[in-house]
Amino acid sequence: MSADTLTQLRTEVRAWMADHLRGRFEPLRYRGNAGDGDAFPELRKEWERELAAGRWTCPGWPEEHGGRGLSVAEQVVFQEEYGIAGGPGRMGHIGEGLMGPTLIAFGTQEQKDRFLPGIRAGTEYWCQGYSEPSAGSDLGNIRTRARQDPSTGDWHVSGQKVWTSLAHLSDWIFVLARCEEGSVGRNGLVFLLMPLDQPGVEVQPIRQIGGGAEFNSVFLDDAVAKPEHVVGKPGEGWKIAMALLGFERGISTLGQQMAFAQELDLICAIARENGASRSPAMRQRIAKAWVGLRAMRYLAMRVLSEDTSEEARRERLGYKYHWSNWHRDLGKLAMDVMGTEANLVGGDLRRERLQQLFLFSRADTIYGGTNEIQLNLIAEQGLGMPREPRGGLG
Amino acid sequence: MDLVFNDEQRFIREEARRFLADKSASERVRQTVNAGTGFDAGLWSAIAGELGWCAMAVPEAHDGLGLGKTELAILMEAAGERLAAVPLWSTICAGVPLLLAVASDEARQHYLPRIAAGEIAVAVAWGNAGAVDPLSATAVVAEATEAGYRLGGRVAQVIDLEAADVVLVPARLGEDLALFALERDAGHEVRRLETLDGTRQIGELTMRGLAVCAQSRLDGGAYTGRDVAGAVATAQLGLAAEQVGAARGVMDVTLAYVAERVQFGRTIASFQAVKHRCARLEVDLAEARALVYGAAATLEAGLGAETAREVSAARALASDLLFRASEEAIQLHGGVGFTWEYDPHLYFKRAQAACSLLGSPEDHLAVIAAGMFEEGAAA
Ligand SMILES: Cc1cc2nc3c(=O)[nH]c(=O)nc-3n(C[C@H](O)[C@H](O)[C@H](O)COP(=O)(O)OP(=O)(O)OC[C@H]3O[C@@H](n4cnc5c(N)ncnc54)[C@H](O)[C@@H]3O)c2cc1C
Repeated sequence: MSADTLTQLRTEVRAWMADHLRGRFEPLRYRGNAGDGDAFPELRKEWERELAAGRWTCPGWPEEHGGRGLSVAEQVVFQEEYGIAGGPGRMGHIGEGLMGPTLIAFGTQEQKDRFLPGIRAGTEYWCQGYSEPSAGSDLGNIRTRARQDPSTGDWHVSGQKVWTSLAHLSDWIFVLARCEEGSVGRNGLVFLLMPLDQPGVEVQPIRQIGGGAEFNSVFLDDAVAKPEHVVGKPGEGWKIAMALLGFERGISTLGQQMAFAQELDLICAIARENGASRSPAMRQRIAKAWVGLRAMRYLAMRVLSEDTSEEARRERLGYKYHWSNWHRDLGKLAMDVMGTEANLVGGDLRRERLQQLFLFSRADTIYGGTNEIQLNLIAEQGLGMPREPRGGLG
Repeated sequence: MDLVFNDEQRFIREEARRFLADKSASERVRQTVNAGTGFDAGLWSAIAGELGWCAMAVPEAHDGLGLGKTELAILMEAAGERLAAVPLWSTICAGVPLLLAVASDEARQHYLPRIAAGEIAVAVAWGNAGAVDPLSATAVVAEATEAGYRLGGRVAQVIDLEAADVVLVPARLGEDLALFALERDAGHEVRRLETLDGTRQIGELTMRGLAVCAQSRLDGGAYTGRDVAGAVATAQLGLAAEQVGAARGVMDVTLAYVAERVQFGRTIASFQAVKHRCARLEVDLAEARALVYGAAATLEAGLGAETAREVSAARALASDLLFRASEEAIQLHGGVGFTWEYDPHLYFKRAQAACSLLGSPEDHLAVIAAGMFEEGAAA
């Protein structure tokens, strides 16, 4: 990849964003990121279709599936420019980043033909039905049951999914369910694709700490999945579910870093205005945030590289822990810099943005594997320390 | 920018680590500590002579290999991992960059090929070894005489002073700064000091009206702090890399111990409190290490305000990291962690001593904050 190609791409994305993220899309700037997922939902879906018209959805997918086949370096450029322009949190993220790549890798031809175009066009939205009331960190403890009707081949699914982001705004859900009676843990699971708009499905929004409701409970009561909508084989659900998580290698978090940098800039600007920048203690904390962000940038470059060394493997395992905790600390720093001003809500857009940062960043260290689970993984898979023992309760 | 090592860099790294695991193993380091010399002469002659590590830092024009900052960091990381008691940092991260920054062509040609050949070790008598800008307070005063110069003053702490064959001495000459070189027989006084960290030598340098010839002044004319900023940044970077390497070394000591020690019928490595502390250190190590190599790449491209800040960032992280890794090592070893016999204290003392050199983490953060608020934009 020549530097020229990258620069050209950068210019192209920048110009496109400047041309399109304006007018009626203006309110979307910086909105809709993790924790803020239910901001302007309809407008953000229109924005997805705007992106699709410019062929900027799924740019990393292979060309045969309608993507641009961009390399990792090129995707990074796209994400960076998207972030710099204040591009909103992607409504189609789960389809584009998780479902699509999983179907491309494991789906049948019919599944690819049926589902990839809707994801690409921004006309069909997906949500992730993994977590359940008794299966959070311990995802293997899935209770939702799937039974196949021998006469029709249909799968009948009953159980409850929870914390399902964007379910109320989605068309399809992928569900991890237990298909073998009496099986436990990772065995006997099936990975199903199910339409949300059917009689056996009820979606109930759950109000979050920010006041909005980005995630939901999804109640499944004899809901139906078609036999052709199983990904992989019945019994292989865990393998597919884990592979899906593996596609989230962090390219999108690079775009996120641009947003992080802007958040830090905003904090600095406020610190300058209100005099916090003259406090030695505050200066140390702000400098520390800058240090962590710089390190994150280099860490991301290493994490996204093809490096197969032992160091690189450990770095990949630790990356999520690093960025999520950095970001959460930034939220606290933002509030401390604002002081008592931060106790009031409404009115001031900059303040509002930082208050959202403070609240929403609390989710960063919970979803996608909590801090504690990340540390377990680093210790066990990275440092070869013994696995956690399993208890005997539920 | 590519932060993945190329084949040659990987090779240098593997060879350096393999060599030091054997030749600077714990027993060997302990011999140096027990002897109180802070210097392993045999190891140094292998490193500088047979292995030619010093040549890597010297440009090809002066008979070196002219490798970059990344290679420098690789060597320092390897040296730190084994607490190698050699004047490597002083020679290749402090001495050579300082010569390249201010020495005249003639002076470079006089010293650099000898450094590359491994014939001489170099120490730098920074005026204030504890400051982010160690040249800020130079207590040595030079006066021009008919035959050359007269030097007077005392430098309280010079790293690797006794091990060095040549000491580079920044001095004030009227309003200006000048750089002098003192070879072993120049007549200055060298006093070895007893040190907390027995793996790194510190000496006191005294010059009492010391007459030196005109050639011992190395700079081609007066220089300013700005001229040596790049050399100082390289010294900072090398120190950060060495700290990260030492953190790796002490963490591996800890990981090996917790995997063996059994309490409550299981290895202590199986306790989650222990696992999480090790895992958190591993994340911090990856962070500091990424910053060291990222800063090495930007420094290679030239010194700007951002680069200096990145180097400071690397130092701030690396100092904190090494200290925490070594204090956790003592804690997770329990009683034996408090003994002379086990290794954690070697790293713990290095951690504290290294943290005090060329600016504390707080000093470096203060520099970064000044850059953010007084000089321009933030991120
Ligand atoms: C904003 C948000 C969006 C989400 N979106 C989705 C979604 O779209 N789809 C979906 O399927 N899920 C989603 N989740 C759910 C998320 O994946 C889970 O919340 C997460 O896996 C934790 O599970 P839990 O909530 O049951 O907490 P628990 O597993 O009950 O954890 C509670 C506490 O116990 C700790 N703990 C648990 N096990 C261990 C252990 N072995 N060792 C040490 N400590 C432990 C945890 O670290 C945590 O601190 C979302 C969550 C959030 C916050």
